[in-house]
Amino acid sequence: MDMPRGYPDAMSAASVFPALEALLPRIQKPIQYVGGEVNAVVGDWDAAEVRWALMYPDAYEVGAPNQGVQILYEVLNEQPGVLCERTYAVWPDLEALMREHAVPQFTVDAHRPVGAFDLFGISFSTELGYTNMLTALDLAGIGILAVERGESDPIVVAGGHAAFNPEPIADFIDAAVLGDGEEAVLRLTDIVRDWKREGRPGGRAGLLQLIAASGVAYVPSLYDVEYLEDGRIRRVVPRQSGIPWRVAKHTLMDLDEWPYPKAPLVPLAETVHERMSVEIFRGCTRGCRFCQAGMITRPVRERSKAGIAAMVANGLQATGYEEVGLLSLSSADHSEIAEVTTYLADCYEGSQTSLSLPSTRVDAFNIDLANELSRNGRRSGLTFAPEGGSERMRRVINKQVTEEDLIRTVATAYAAGWRQVKLYFMCGLPTETDEDVLQIARMAAEVIRVGREVSGRRDIRCTVSIGGFVPKPHTPFQWAAQLDHETTDARLAKLRDAIRSNREYGKSIGFRYHDGKPGTIEGLLSRGDRRVGRVILQAWRDGARFDGWSEHFDFDRWSMAVHTALADEPVDLDWYTTRERDHAEVLPWDHLDSGLDREWLWEDWQDSVGEHGVEDCRWTPCFDCGVCDQLGTSIQVGPTDLGLPDVGHPEVRVGSPG
Amino acid sequence: MRLRYAKRGRLRFASHRDFQRALERALRRADVPMAYSAGFSPHPKISYANAAPTGTASEAEFFEIGLAQMCDPDDVRLRLDAALPPGLDIVDVVIARTSDFAERLQASRWRIELPGLTPAEAEVAVAALLAAEEVIVERMTKNGLRTFDVRGALCAARVMPTADGGAACAILTVVLRQATPAVRPDDVLAALRSVAPSPVLTGWHTPPPLVTREMQGPLAETGSADGFALGDPLAADREADQT
Repeated sequence: MDMPRGYPDAMSAASVFPALEALLPRIQKPIQYVGGEVNAVVGDWDAAEVRWALMYPDAYEVGAPNQGVQILYEVLNEQPGVLCERTYAVWPDLEALMREHAVPQFTVDAHRPVGAFDLFGISFSTELGYTNMLTALDLAGIGILAVERGESDPIVVAGGHAAFNPEPIADFIDAAVLGDGEEAVLRLTDIVRDWKREGRPGGRAGLLQLIAASGVAYVPSLYDVEYLEDGRIRRVVPRQSGIPWRVAKHTLMDLDEWPYPKAPLVPLAETVHERMSVEIFRGCTRGCRFCQAGMITRPVRERSKAGIAAMVANGLQATGYEEVGLLSLSSADHSEIAEVTTYLADCYEGSQTSLSLPSTRVDAFNIDLANELSRNGRRSGLTFAPEGGSERMRRVINKQVTEEDLIRTVATAYAAGWRQVKLYFMCGLPTETDEDVLQIARMAAEVIRVGREVSGRRDIRCTVSIGGFVPKPHTPFQWAAQLDHETTDARLAKLRDAIRSNREYGKSIGFRYHDGKPGTIEGLLSRGDRRVGRVILQAWRDGARFDGWSEHFDFDRWSMAVHTALADEPVDLDWYTTRERDHAEVLPWDHLDSGLDREWLWEDWQDSVGEHGVEDCRWTPCFDCGVCDQLGTSIQVGPTDLGLPDVGHPEVRVGSPG
Repeated sequence: MRLRYAKRGRLRFASHRDFQRALERALRRADVPMAYSAGFSPHPKISYANAAPTGTASEAEFFEIGLAQMCDPDDVRLRLDAALPPGLDIVDVVIARTSDFAERLQASRWRIELPGLTPAEAEVAVAALLAAEEVIVERMTKNGLRTFDVRGALCAARVMPTADGGAACAILTVVLRQATPAVRPDDVLAALRSVAPSPVLTGWHTPPPLVTREMQGPLAETGSADGFALGDPLAADREADQT
């Protein structure tokens, strides 16, 4: 069905709610589409000069709690003359009705058509959200392909971790923002505002040139990709002068100046995270080689202990939530975490408020923190992430945990009254063999043996959770071969059998795994180039939606789409996934600058294969990953000067940007 | 304390569980001093009565809360209403002074707007329903397929006069007795379809009916048009408070 193209200003920005309302009684969980969350903002459309629609491309229950979208939503809505509303992926039941009744993709705040906004920002935590973006563009009546868009269509901007290689979606987006979004969205807003005030010089193309030339965002349409005969990339070249050869990521440097979200959204519908989150630091320098998040968010920037205390107190007051999660990539690594947890535990002792530290660090210190946060509460489960099954694998991935550390740590946990320990692993890591993965079964049995001994109980449990490893751009494993899904599944089956066949301990060990097929497609989308865009479009046309949900993901559909869309190319699914790249190959994201020095990444990849570790630069000298030098940033860790307020009277201190 | 709230507009799509979460959070934001249950994971003391189905608006939903200290009902009403999202509105608060509150919720008056149906068509169907001795409908519930006698639970039903002749939208008012399992407004619509089949009532393409619970309370026989009237279930508490 054809949607009307290009909404002229104001008039057609009217709410589509009357039309939507008639459809809501006919679908599942209608509450997710009505908005009205506590702390939601409905701005004055006519008074706004720049209007953003932000999307998290998954179902509302997953998207609404997303911190990135909540932060940008608030940052933008605080700006005078700027309006920001949110939209999420609609489930297929509503999508069908929206097509039947010509209801366009809408925002949940004021139910305005997404096509009426100036900018449409989409935050990709995972590549499996790409097809949901296409659904939204199509329902919005915005051209799916960037080249099809008209003058009044929004500028489509991708962000989030997946935007560090936006090449597979290069045909669908107008721009991509790399790194922290707070300042980037404000700079984009300024560019769009000025352009509108000046009478839109050069039209849409003129605006995209301004954005590209500013370096704020990468505009794929202004770059040509040239290929070699064998299918590899020859080079990526700007199409005009004034367009930068490389586009760098954004790095926010003082988290205390950006205490967002100040008033987190409280959805009416049930979501995957029924709690408030406070980000206690950004970045991680542990150097786990598989971890894209750790590599692309460097350097470490901590929020001060006083800043954390204020955000917890203000956020609880604004939301009424009963639980606060202290978020980061490895929360126990905050330099003042002990002080913070003791302080918060004192503040909320005897109240109904509970605190959680979703950290997976494997050491006794982590248990101390967990004990502190569960002073009065139930000690149910703790999660650790050794990631690699054998000592050798952990050296390869630079996860510096010995088996002795792990056993000592879980023994401490069981002895302190914790009943259940969850262990996270990956399968298919570089150089891995069956034997490496089977070590997990032995380790889990040892965990139970020691656990029974120290706790004196037989009802303790350990759950092994394992999924296939997907090599990601901007990591030392960006050159690695991904393990094919058949071998992954066979290896996981052997591990399952090894665990189950243990008569003494097997019954106390749970086993949860993700099969390898979705990982193969995620691998294609992660390390793909522009040609993969055709695959995404084909799969979407064939019905691909919600690919992150096992009940919607269909490997055969994707596999067929690869065949169809790449029939005339010298590349295929294996070429993108199970093929190891060499040093000389131009990678699709080489012109996008995460701050990491390519040579450093290569050396780290070689060290990995040689099973050599690298320390954390927070407590050892710099080893020249390149980030701080190239981006003019530095590590920001405590101790901080500003003390914690008195327990019971948390002082409310709120910073503001600039 | 006993509280009456309304579920209006787009928030009628909130399920009862959605309301429960929203209420517990609003109570915390509003600093209402709640009493908590004893035990390992204490819960605030709240009990709910006869929640209207998801998608149904209501002017008369009720719940009770246990407080850790005495509070002024008006103050609680204002603070809690301000803390709840617009559309979930606290409309009345009394101090619980009587014990038979649940028994006073004897019946509900529902307003059912049927876009696409003329009042004349509705009249025919309503007359047929009232004339029947018994009208059995089936509905899938959590416990499987159940049957309900709609006529048995129905105290009154009539088509409301509309100002402009209401060519496009008939408005029904029905009074249903509370029972277990409860007969709901959608059961009444199913019953109307079964006694007076009409292409408009059976068709899937009509705009969905807008259903609102107008009142819920003690049932009294009167000389009014319906022969029945619903009282305010909070009146007894209010009176006890004043004496």
